[in-house]
Amino acid sequence: MSLRRATSVRSVSSASVESGEKTVLVALAGQPNVGKSTLFNLLTGLNQHVGNWPGKTVERKAGTFTYEGLTYRLVDLPGTYSLTANSAEEVITREFIIREQPDVVVALVDAAILERSLYLVAELLPLPAPVIVALNMMDVAEKEGVHIEPQVLEAALGAPVVPMTATRNEGVEELLATIEQVARGEVTYDPNFPLIREDHREVLHEVEEIIDGCVPAPYPQDWTALKLLEGDQEITRMMEKGLSQDRRETLHNLLREHDDALVAVASGRYNWIGRMIRAALTRPTTGSIGFTERLDRWATHPFWGLVIMAGILGLAFGLTYAVGAPLQGLLDTHVVGSLASLARLLLTGAPSWLSDLVANGILGGVGAMLTFLPILIIFFAVMGVLEDVGYLARAAYVMDRFMHLMGLHGKSFLPLFLGFGCNVPAVLGTRVIESKRARLLTILLAPLVPCTARMTVIAFLAPAFFGSAATLVSWGMILLALMVLALSGVLVNKTVFHGERAAFIMELPIYHLPNWRTIGMRVWQRSLSFVRKAGTLILGVSVVIWALSTLPAGEIETSYLARIGYLLEPVGRLMGLDWRLTVALLASFIAKENSIATLGVLFGTGENTGLAQQLATTFPASTALAFLTVQMLFVPCVATVAVIRQETDSWKWTLFDLAFLLIISLTAGAAVYWIARLLGL
Amino acid sequence: MGIKSGRLWASSPGPNKSVVSLSALRAGEHGEVVELAGGRCMLSRMTALGFTPGADVKVVQNYGRGPLIARVRDARIALGRCEARRVYVRKRPE
Repeated sequence: MSLRRATSVRSVSSASVESGEKTVLVALAGQPNVGKSTLFNLLTGLNQHVGNWPGKTVERKAGTFTYEGLTYRLVDLPGTYSLTANSAEEVITREFIIREQPDVVVALVDAAILERSLYLVAELLPLPAPVIVALNMMDVAEKEGVHIEPQVLEAALGAPVVPMTATRNEGVEELLATIEQVARGEVTYDPNFPLIREDHREVLHEVEEIIDGCVPAPYPQDWTALKLLEGDQEITRMMEKGLSQDRRETLHNLLREHDDALVAVASGRYNWIGRMIRAALTRPTTGSIGFTERLDRWATHPFWGLVIMAGILGLAFGLTYAVGAPLQGLLDTHVVGSLASLARLLLTGAPSWLSDLVANGILGGVGAMLTFLPILIIFFAVMGVLEDVGYLARAAYVMDRFMHLMGLHGKSFLPLFLGFGCNVPAVLGTRVIESKRARLLTILLAPLVPCTARMTVIAFLAPAFFGSAATLVSWGMILLALMVLALSGVLVNKTVFHGERAAFIMELPIYHLPNWRTIGMRVWQRSLSFVRKAGTLILGVSVVIWALSTLPAGEIETSYLARIGYLLEPVGRLMGLDWRLTVALLASFIAKENSIATLGVLFGTGENTGLAQQLATTFPASTALAFLTVQMLFVPCVATVAVIRQETDSWKWTLFDLAFLLIISLTAGAAVYWIARLLGL
Repeated sequence: MGIKSGRLWASSPGPNKSVVSLSALRAGEHGEVVELAGGRCMLSRMTALGFTPGADVKVVQNYGRGPLIARVRDARIALGRCEARRVYVRKRPE
């Protein structure tokens, strides 16, 4: 006994739509890399909304479209290989289908990897919503010599099958027509379900008997029994609450006795898939070596792979500097600058504090956010292209052995590398890491990557202090930051995460040409989301810092910020810093470049030109080295903090990271200062 | 299939010399999955990706250290060395 056809063929067709009365809810499900985003964008166009799933840091995309007089609401479910609760994505997908019971589930599968893609379909079919199988990437399959007969597959599955190639807009019309038919209940939906492997049918039956009548609605009982056997933690927890003491114990013992059952369940599904595709699929007789395999010989080679990656990333950085930096400057001087002048002009009659608040406090914050955008957009675009063409996974693969040293795996490399440009995309980029633990660790480490803004400060101060040795000092600072990053990785991994190692299991998708529409949408959405979410926090903190540096008398020398600087001077002394350098560090919280501007104000030069010389005569080299060290490792700018908060969804971890970085930077600063003193600098 | 402390092991790895870890196959060699070892979470991910007993696996790249690439059910999967060691396969003759 096993998956009986659950509660009849369900009231599937009764959920159908009375002509034009209500919105049809369509869920789009599929494994990663099957082209879900492309299809989603194709169907909804600009009528889409991107947010997060409630309480999760997983992206949620929903949109609407109309077809033949009906309005459809399309929800893009996270890409998952299965529906067992290994991460938030699987839980979101199945909870949505079980609780919201969409009118139609479109299961997108990769025709070139038919067997493996159907695994998710095998999990979707037993759920209480009708499934349409959309066979995407038919062009790739044909090219690889894989021939599929959709009608034969449809007959075997008992669910509609639509062949298509979303990138070429082929088969989309047919898919829409099928969605409409299913929504209107015009299709006989009588799906075939997979069964557990024979040797475990008896156990499954026993589990079902134990939980009989105790499964909370709306979870299907047979599905719940199967998930228990698969050792699904969420479902196990749910059933432990719902069962009486003795039943719980019986279940517990039974499951422990059969904790190898998950292999039997998975095997059962693959055996079923084998039967489903037997007649529908013809494979090429000779295994030809495709484009992907040939390219991978180089791209994943332990040596040439690194060379290729260095080339690609070098190019990406070149592009950022060539395009992003000038744009950033233009935005800062023209847009923010003229807005500030305009504000002053408009507020001439108003009290001076008000025009100062608007021009410096608010516009300063807006400016800090705006000037981030060019760099961010370029990085999102580069990430988007690399992700879309399939290269990202290769970069992760070649870097895996190095990242292992830090308790991370290959997937953490790219986000961290992006940090050299800016820590914000680095933190946002960690979304490619599935493992929650590895993702958190990567986010926590990201601020230790020296970003361009920090490098600007170094580039300005190092020549002033060290003359011809400036290059050496700059490289030394970068090296120091990276060493601290590696050591912190080892340390945090050992202590906070108890040395757990994330398993490195990653699909290498086939290479394909970039889909500009998909990439464009992604860049747009990510930028918008940054402005919306991080923007508020950046603005708030900017105003607060402005207030601290202006109040009470309107001058930074006598401001609260300066008083805080005096107050903290004893701490600064440990690193040879006086109150002015301490205040400069505090001000760098808005944007790293701010520390130079602040020093300019505090030393009364106003212009940066005289400042360098003045600093060099005021402070000894030991203080300078210590200041650069602290500056390099200090708490990140507010924009980075904002995205850390957003991506960890936890103030606890955000504050932990800030405290950690504070301690590290101060300790390193003090160490550098005293060592330099001992060396007589 | 014997179970010891939540892990699964090949029932008779001793006498059958042709059962080896996936990590021991060279590039281009095929094997048939016999058994998987590992925690529940890893087993769940591996089986979903197609590493189930009986499945054919071809090693695409293996340089002896670091991660390797295997082809299973038409998909290319990169596995860390530790993960690859926990997949036991029966080597297929060329």
